[in-house]
Amino acid sequence: MVQADPVGVLTGTHYLDGDHAAAEGACSAGCRFFAGYPITPSTEVAERVALRFPLIGGTFIQMEDELASIAAVLGGSWGGLKSMTVTSGPGFSLMMENIGLGVMMEVPCVVINVQRGGPSTGLPTLPAQADMMQARWGSHGDYELIALSPNSPQECFDLTIESFNLSEQWRVPVLVMMDECIGHMTERVVIPEAGEIELVERRYTNLNPDDYLPYKPCEDLVPEMAPIGYGYRFHTTGLTHDERGYPSMNAETQQRCVGRLLDKINLNRDEIIHVDKHYLDDADIVVVSYGISSRVAIPAVEKARREGIKVGELRLVTVWPFPEKLIRELAGNVKAFIMPEINHGQVVLELERCAGGRAETRLVKHAGGWVHDPETIYEAIREAAK
Amino acid sequence: MTVTEVKPDTTRKIPEHPKSLLLRMDRMPHIWCSRCGIGITVGCFASAMEKTGLSPDDITVTSGIGCTGRVAGYVKADSFHTTHGRAIPFTVGLALTRPDLKHVVFSGDGDLISIGGNHFIHAARRNQNMLVICVNNFTYAMTGGQLAPTTPVTARATTAPYGSFERPFSLPTLAISAGASYVARWTSLHIRRITDSMTEALQRRGFRFIEIIAPCSTIYARRNKLGTGLDLMKYYYENSVIDHNASVDDLDIGFQSKIVVGKFVDKDRPSYGKSMHEHFRKVLGNKYQPPVSGKMEIDKSWSGCTESQDTTVTDEVQS
Repeated sequence: MVQADPVGVLTGTHYLDGDHAAAEGACSAGCRFFAGYPITPSTEVAERVALRFPLIGGTFIQMEDELASIAAVLGGSWGGLKSMTVTSGPGFSLMMENIGLGVMMEVPCVVINVQRGGPSTGLPTLPAQADMMQARWGSHGDYELIALSPNSPQECFDLTIESFNLSEQWRVPVLVMMDECIGHMTERVVIPEAGEIELVERRYTNLNPDDYLPYKPCEDLVPEMAPIGYGYRFHTTGLTHDERGYPSMNAETQQRCVGRLLDKINLNRDEIIHVDKHYLDDADIVVVSYGISSRVAIPAVEKARREGIKVGELRLVTVWPFPEKLIRELAGNVKAFIMPEINHGQVVLELERCAGGRAETRLVKHAGGWVHDPETIYEAIREAAK
Repeated sequence: MTVTEVKPDTTRKIPEHPKSLLLRMDRMPHIWCSRCGIGITVGCFASAMEKTGLSPDDITVTSGIGCTGRVAGYVKADSFHTTHGRAIPFTVGLALTRPDLKHVVFSGDGDLISIGGNHFIHAARRNQNMLVICVNNFTYAMTGGQLAPTTPVTARATTAPYGSFERPFSLPTLAISAGASYVARWTSLHIRRITDSMTEALQRRGFRFIEIIAPCSTIYARRNKLGTGLDLMKYYYENSVIDHNASVDDLDIGFQSKIVVGKFVDKDRPSYGKSMHEHFRKVLGNKYQPPVSGKMEIDKSWSGCTESQDTTVTDEVQS
């Protein structure tokens, strides 16, 4: 861990929307390369980065499209700078192939998706949480990555920094799954002193080029990177590859290559996953939520508690990888899970799978365009308590 | 009948490949067909590297997908085999974060001009610092010979079984009109001229484009009954006309037509990085912080084994 460079840290108490706070998170995290393409409701992130980067030694470029943006971000990260892009639904769809390349080449980078209603052009200016499964499964092939879900402008700042840390530690693209509501909500954001912001630095190899294998994993299953231009002369590819980084087209290499990419995240879940728990100790019913829906759920839970219903809250700060172990543990002790989502049922499928029929799972759905009325969540709690 | 066992002659020394400094000999043999033009261009590139005196550690090589897309896998430099069409934007990221290095994109016509066409024109427009080498074989060879945006009218492809009727792109015309700093075209037998162009272009900055018209021996030549790859290579060479001052109207290529080759553009225009730097310095004055490079970040955070080179300010951010 190192401390943040004060050049990028706008220490103080601010009144910022989530998009601007995420941009400040990137500046504080030491992100110095940004390639993006305008799309509502994420554009304000790019705008703030364009404004700030020339003042803090960063390079901002508005690319010709989202395909180019994510490709440039991967190149920028290989070039040695922490790199980020930001988009919303349609652009997220266009980025899918190269998010897969980022997974395959193991490139640390951050992609922010300020979710809006879909499918297609959908609701450009209104919120949804309907890209959650796309984040998990949208690129082709088997893969694991990390997706976080902030629920306030403060968290847009904090979790953007956390995303850079996770991406450097696990050499994987990290997705910050915001939504229009969080992105455009303005609240107090406290940016601490640079000395209080801890950053994970890239793990470069100390081996000689002759001894270095670009995809030989360390104990935590993450291989060390080599800086370009220092004699390593490494090769990296989106093709299935061996430890030398060379393409190798056979079932054994596929198993070894992809198997490790999955294990790298799956076997380190306990270290990666972050959840917030509230009233869980005596809970019969647990509201499981993420992003803006986790804030909308608070008044519903409080109201039910006041009425004596033993309801707790589990907030997924990390949505992917999913806290499977915790849900399995809880499922044996609680009567029901309730999940409000601004979609027709996405993360709830994973919740239901992990509950394994041992606890009832109820979805409180919302098609998008606005957030839930807390009453609908309260009603679901009451129904489940009957 | 007696069978004589043939023993390998172990006394015979296999000479080292003359270009082994720049090639991944542990990956040989390569996948390219015999009489394909791609290997020649890679040989020319290795010669150009020798001529410039650049070390493999001074460059990166990035490819997209396809036959030429495999070049990155055979060049012994830090090399990136990316997704279809995205070698140029990937290299934009490399070039903007490592302006101290030379960045080379080596890919085919389908990859760079069809699926990657938008990136090609915008990188040329912005004059991004990269040398783009395009081996144009008029077809998608790796996938079996489909129609490309370069396929000449009447030439046959698997997806144009009755011959193509689409007007193809002239790649130098596209590069010139989009604003490239350096544009040249040769055929794969113009070995000395390709090498000279690559040598020259490696030493320039900005967006540099070299097209090499090369035969696809197995797919395009056979389907169009054009003889062997070598026949076609000779045909292109013999039917080429060197005209450095050619008008863009003369650069179109028809089926087995004459091919105008030459160095069409060689001009000094500030690169994207340089324009950005000069602009911000002018409008922001002392508030402007010149961009940190990946090299600066690496030197700061890395306690690696090799001697760290000097952190020199690159000409991108020099006055």
